[in-house]
Amino acid sequence: MSNDEKRPHERNEKQFSRRDFLKTTGVATGGILAGSLLGGVVTHFGDSGLKDQEPNGEGGTNETPESQKGNLTDARVFFNRKSDFSTLAAAAERIFPEDDLGPGAISLGVPYFIDKQCHSWWGFNGKNYTDGPHDFEKTPEFGIQEKLNRGQIFKLGLEKMNEIANDEFDGNFWEIDSKDQDEILKKFESNDDDVKMNGVRADVFFSLLRDTTIWGVYADPAYGGNRDMEGWKMIEFPGPRMGWANIIQEEEFHKEAPQSLRTYQGGKM
Amino acid sequence: MAKKLDKVDVVVVGMGWAGGIVSAEMAKAGKKVVGLEKGDHIKREDYIGVKDELRFDNQFQIMQELKKDTVTSRNEIDETALPIRTRKKMQIGANLGGASVHWAGASYRYWPYEFEIRSKTIEKYGKDKIPEDMNLQDWGLTYDEMEPYYEKWEYTAGISGEQDPNAPKRNKPWPNPPLLESPSLRLFKDACKELGHKPFQIAAGNMSENYENPDGEKLNACMYCSYCTRHGCDFDAKSDPLATVIPTAMRHDNFELRTRANVRRVIYDKDSKKATGVLYVDENTGQEYEQPAEVVVLAAFAFTNNRLLMLSDIGEQYDPKTRKGIIGRNFNGQYNNAFAGVRGFFDNKKFNLYAGAGAMGAAITDFAADNFDHTDLDFLGGGAIELRQYGFAAIKSSGNIKSGTPNWGAEYKKESLNYAHRMLQIWYTNNTFSYWHNYVDLDPTYKDEYGDPLLRVTYKFGSGSKEIMEFGVEKCREIMEKMGADHIEEDSIPEEFDHEFSGGHYTGGVVMGEDPETSAVNNYLQMWDVDNLFVVGGSAFPQFGGHHPTPTIGALSYRAAEGVEKYLKDKKPLAKAKKTTKA
Ligand SMILES: Cc1cc2nc3c(=O)[nH]c(=O)nc-3n(C[C@H](O)[C@H](O)[C@H](O)COP(=O)(O)OP(=O)(O)OC[C@H]3O[C@@H](n4cnc5c(N)ncnc54)[C@H](O)[C@@H]3O)c2cc1C
Ligand code: SF4
Repeated sequence: MSNDEKRPHERNEKQFSRRDFLKTTGVATGGILAGSLLGGVVTHFGDSGLKDQEPNGEGGTNETPESQKGNLTDARVFFNRKSDFSTLAAAAERIFPEDDLGPGAISLGVPYFIDKQCHSWWGFNGKNYTDGPHDFEKTPEFGIQEKLNRGQIFKLGLEKMNEIANDEFDGNFWEIDSKDQDEILKKFESNDDDVKMNGVRADVFFSLLRDTTIWGVYADPAYGGNRDMEGWKMIEFPGPRMGWANIIQEEEFHKEAPQSLRTYQGGKM
Repeated sequence: MAKKLDKVDVVVVGMGWAGGIVSAEMAKAGKKVVGLEKGDHIKREDYIGVKDELRFDNQFQIMQELKKDTVTSRNEIDETALPIRTRKKMQIGANLGGASVHWAGASYRYWPYEFEIRSKTIEKYGKDKIPEDMNLQDWGLTYDEMEPYYEKWEYTAGISGEQDPNAPKRNKPWPNPPLLESPSLRLFKDACKELGHKPFQIAAGNMSENYENPDGEKLNACMYCSYCTRHGCDFDAKSDPLATVIPTAMRHDNFELRTRANVRRVIYDKDSKKATGVLYVDENTGQEYEQPAEVVVLAAFAFTNNRLLMLSDIGEQYDPKTRKGIIGRNFNGQYNNAFAGVRGFFDNKKFNLYAGAGAMGAAITDFAADNFDHTDLDFLGGGAIELRQYGFAAIKSSGNIKSGTPNWGAEYKKESLNYAHRMLQIWYTNNTFSYWHNYVDLDPTYKDEYGDPLLRVTYKFGSGSKEIMEFGVEKCREIMEKMGADHIEEDSIPEEFDHEFSGGHYTGGVVMGEDPETSAVNNYLQMWDVDNLFVVGGSAFPQFGGHHPTPTIGALSYRAAEGVEKYLKDKKPLAKAKKTTKA
């Protein structure tokens, strides 16, 4: 079957503006710059002058923002199509949005976290039983039954999300209103007839997207998400420690700044 | 072609608690023993500095990879079973130490009533109390007979506990004092006392103090580090075979451990009715070996124990249509038919829930076994009501939302951040029973990497399954109300078994008893049909007790070790078959 008509990510690429991207993904609004993500996506628009156009409107600065440090690992190694990745970023941000309480999925590095997960044994279902016959409709009952692996499901689902965005809201997923993005996400969540896919149920894709996003918010920063342990700061989780015998009996809530696995391991080779 | 090796006294298949105990005891007794373990030669060092929620709690690094070996599952006997493909739904121990390394450590003995549940139920309530669909069976030995073996396991493991006021008096005190008490445990205990229950600190396989066990193995005091369940311990502070029985066995030259040795068959001689050894594959090279032995001990967890007997054509396969056959019969365990309870949300109190230990918790047993009257109840047995403080990391804590709250978006974010340290859960660890329609056999479709059929589980709820859970949820609610939660949510009672094998409490299929018509092994876990074959572990449970299984598995393993030693001396069956009334 020729699918040419249904490739909105290609069709719309030219009309895509960086400003729209920033506006609609919410990156620009909360004041926390996910430099790494922008760095990756912005070049997609042939724009390399990121630093003099800080989305918070304050103009250029030559200092590397804290959140950009170590961002050389922020590059897509799994998703080939930028459109898939932009859809992923926008969807993850709706699942865990930036607000007064703290950063959202994009500034936490979740899209790159997911990209790296898809590139690992986990994305390739390397430890799953994979022999057929398969029946993907049975997944809610029996757990993963798809022939597709997780990475493939991500690609299929994201492409479908963007297709729906174009068909129903006349724009790419990452460009349309957050309200419309939520509407699409809800269709997937409820396995709506409109979003049927061949090989995976929409609700199964949605929970994969949802759960992996939350992993990216709260897993150790070693995996590329939970940037600067901001996820842990929000949820008041102190990270891995030798132990808590000292406070285990204490009546009061004991708050401590988080420490990462790297620190726990001594950060040595 | 398999290479044939020199004969040994005992070959042990699987090196968790069960296999480790038998190996250590046989090594100490001077027998020539080979321990075969399918997984890697894990050492404590493998668990130092790897406290990582994603890797262990969400992606299950420590569990068996399912690529080439899993279990298929279905509810009805005429349904097509599907393979359980992901570790989110299938958690089996792998590597040296097995599931006995990543267990949490909650340690209970079963009750006198439970070992003689059929006789005692009939005695007290009459035969009609037993539902028609239930294969309710005595274990073939009493609590008093089990006591010394429990004690032996508890001292090897260094369990930290205090006397449960409802439990039979102990011959010796717990080897270690109980773990420390946190505010959430105090709150639970105070509420229970107000309601007239008798709370106590859960006996824990986490050391409350530095400890040296009777074999001379040294364990360190627990740090309450919280990366415990589904993890190995950094500090040798968890009761596990890597810290105890395996090093004990390895101190003896007459014990040899072979890891990455995947046992595929018991070699069985039909004429002499003896197991002559086992066939295994070296997973590093693919080379097959035959290891002859005087005694074969299967201690490879309930799934493999059943499957190896079936693949080796030993014993008669149970068939639910004719209700004949014995291997695979009375498959049981705790699935979504146990551990229902309530979640309490506290608006004005925050708990240090990121701290904890695998078995840190408080419990009551006022509604366990037959500790309460069942005359007017439509179920048998009971269980503990527990509050546990495992220590919860960030991903887990982010799930503490009330049921009406969306699980994504701004509202989710707000609610989950608010309740991350404000939710306490209590649950009922109820008995689960065996029914004629639940069993295991070989799957007709799905195969492992060698082309051998996978094990197939057929399992659905039976009489009393939902009723016992409803009862437990109600009791949990009363306690949570007294604890002062601002908002309480009851777990919904599931409609049916959901094919989730996530707690490691899967048992039966090669069950023990006094009557070969209803049991596969005698009370030394020696097969009725095959004198020199011992099948050790939870596979011997005729039904599941109202508590976590491992101390009973440990105790039965000591019993079996004694049996193996006796058999090596006398070469005789260790128990006489008795005819019991049909279960
Ligand atoms: C997350 C979790 C938490 C738990 N917490 C508790 C708790 O708090 N309290 C409690 O009482 N119980 C608990 N359990 C249950 C406990 O882990 C088991 O009851 C116990 O480990 C069983 O011991 P075992 O020796 O029979 O099996 P295992 O420890 O699983 O050992 C079996 C060994 O056999 C090996 N093997 C399998 N097949 C083969 C083969 N073909 N050839 C060679 N080797 C093979 C395996 O690799 C494994 O090493 C928990 C389980 C899980 C999963
Ligand atoms: S909580 Fe205690 S027993 Fe468990 S892993 Fe940490 S130190 Fe070890």
